[in-house]
Amino acid sequence: MELLIQGLESLLGAFLPYWVIVLLAFAIVITLILFFPTFLFMLMTWLLRRGIARIADRIGPNRVGLGPFNRERTRQRWTLWGLMQPIADGIKMFTKEDIVPEKADRLLHRIAPIAAIVPSFLVFAVIPFGKGLVATDLNVGILYVVAVSSIFTLVLLVAGWSSNNKYSLLGAMRTAAQMVSYEVPMVLSLVVPVLFAGSLSLNRIVENQGAWLGLRWHIFYFPLGTLAFITYFTAALAEINHTPFDLVEADSEIVAGYVTEYSGMKFALFFMGEFLNAFLVCALATILFLGGWQGPGVQLGGAWGYLFSVFWFFLKTFALYFLLIWIRGTWPRLRVDQLMHFAWKRLVPVTLVNLLLSGLVVIVVRLFLS
Amino acid sequence: MDVNVVLTYVAFFALAGLTLLSALAVVTLRNLLRSALALVVTFIGVAGIYLLLQAEFIAAVQVLLYVGAVTVLILFAIMLTERLMEARLRQFTGKWWLAAPLVVLVLASIVVSLLGAVWVERPKEALPPEPVASLGEILMTRYALPFEIASVLLLVAMVGAIVVAWPIRDRLKVVEEMEERVARAKAGWKERSGSPKDETVEVAR
Repeated sequence: MELLIQGLESLLGAFLPYWVIVLLAFAIVITLILFFPTFLFMLMTWLLRRGIARIADRIGPNRVGLGPFNRERTRQRWTLWGLMQPIADGIKMFTKEDIVPEKADRLLHRIAPIAAIVPSFLVFAVIPFGKGLVATDLNVGILYVVAVSSIFTLVLLVAGWSSNNKYSLLGAMRTAAQMVSYEVPMVLSLVVPVLFAGSLSLNRIVENQGAWLGLRWHIFYFPLGTLAFITYFTAALAEINHTPFDLVEADSEIVAGYVTEYSGMKFALFFMGEFLNAFLVCALATILFLGGWQGPGVQLGGAWGYLFSVFWFFLKTFALYFLLIWIRGTWPRLRVDQLMHFAWKRLVPVTLVNLLLSGLVVIVVRLFLS
Repeated sequence: MDVNVVLTYVAFFALAGLTLLSALAVVTLRNLLRSALALVVTFIGVAGIYLLLQAEFIAAVQVLLYVGAVTVLILFAIMLTERLMEARLRQFTGKWWLAAPLVVLVLASIVVSLLGAVWVERPKEALPPEPVASLGEILMTRYALPFEIASVLLLVAMVGAIVVAWPIRDRLKVVEEMEERVARAKAGWKERSGSPKDETVEVAR
């Protein structure tokens, strides 16, 4: 941020007063943070559809591309593996009829989908995408992420209630119970890398994993770090309602859960929230356990170091996202009671013991080193 | 004036206005669920003011606990209480004249204490690199007793909740036992109804 302000000042300092430059810097960063997730969402829908299609032995969307709008020509070239499909989807969503149930709470029904994407966008503000590439490096970064994401639970409840539909309400209650339960093991396993790094700041946690050519990742702190990674990822899957914990969308039981009464762009907004949350889970797992933007080549000075850091971050994050797609394409869904049992009787004890042991190890190591 | 100071003022008044307006909405809206949601806005506004004061940890905890947990609990309570769902409640009772002097008293005490306060514009020492670490240290040493008392209080509340919920489980057990008895009776009936068949077979022989 300060860097950007200085850069802008050296560029435009002659024509513009200082306060305009500060506002301009804020505007640039905010615009980037608002636009980037949108494109990410489009890319992720495409990846998911193609990935699931491949797993299910189908082809998936492969027609919509650039190039001449001529059926014969598009089939041969410029289809770009169907990369433009998300844009077609977007246009479709915009032109769909927006149906609001007659007895719905209209105001809340309208606010809920907008509020659904706000937490995800807010979290993007603290994610370090590369060396020095973070909008604001909060010193309580990880706590901020957890706090802001917890707002999503509330939004689901509001969406389910305001629809005035029994399936929506049931789905929302179910999800809220699930998310509140799984938040406990998730936070407990998040604390383990925080203990290792001795800081809540995401940037400092990443920097802590920089030794050994950027390969001293927290997941390699066997077995504590590895176990924490597994429990975090499992709990986070439940937190974002991903397969095998996607009881919200158990279409055989509750139609589509809290989104039952939503259509068109409002529906798309909820899905945007869910996709962005999936990305954020992968990004956080990368930052906390897989070294974030650290990796061979980051130590280089100049532009190369920055390029490598961004490359490593996105490589790791998307590798994890492919794991998500893989799970989604292959695993069945848990039952509600199994879900709750798993959270409280398996995950919570394991994460608690893991946390205690990690604390002990960190203290012992510090005592012996100092 | 420095641009950052101006921005801070703008942010403060926006947040303060938001907090006050939503707090007003909490006590005046007639739909209980909307009141609860207005309360969320109030919590977020207060968290924003904490952020302005550079108390990031308190702000994050405020959002995490009050928005993420307490309000969800309130919403659950409202949604599970059937009559509250669609009712348009009266927020004012006829006894406001009883409450008014009390409110004035509280307000006066707050104002008096604020007028007498010594304002520190800036902390004398710079913030440590890990404010949370020092917070944890203080909680474990100087404020250990209040911290432990709060934890015990929460534990007691949890045990109390379990105790309150206990009879329901007993009732479930009773139901289970009855079902078992019915099942046993049915099995016995089947055995008895099965025996005549054998007799007929014997008769046929």
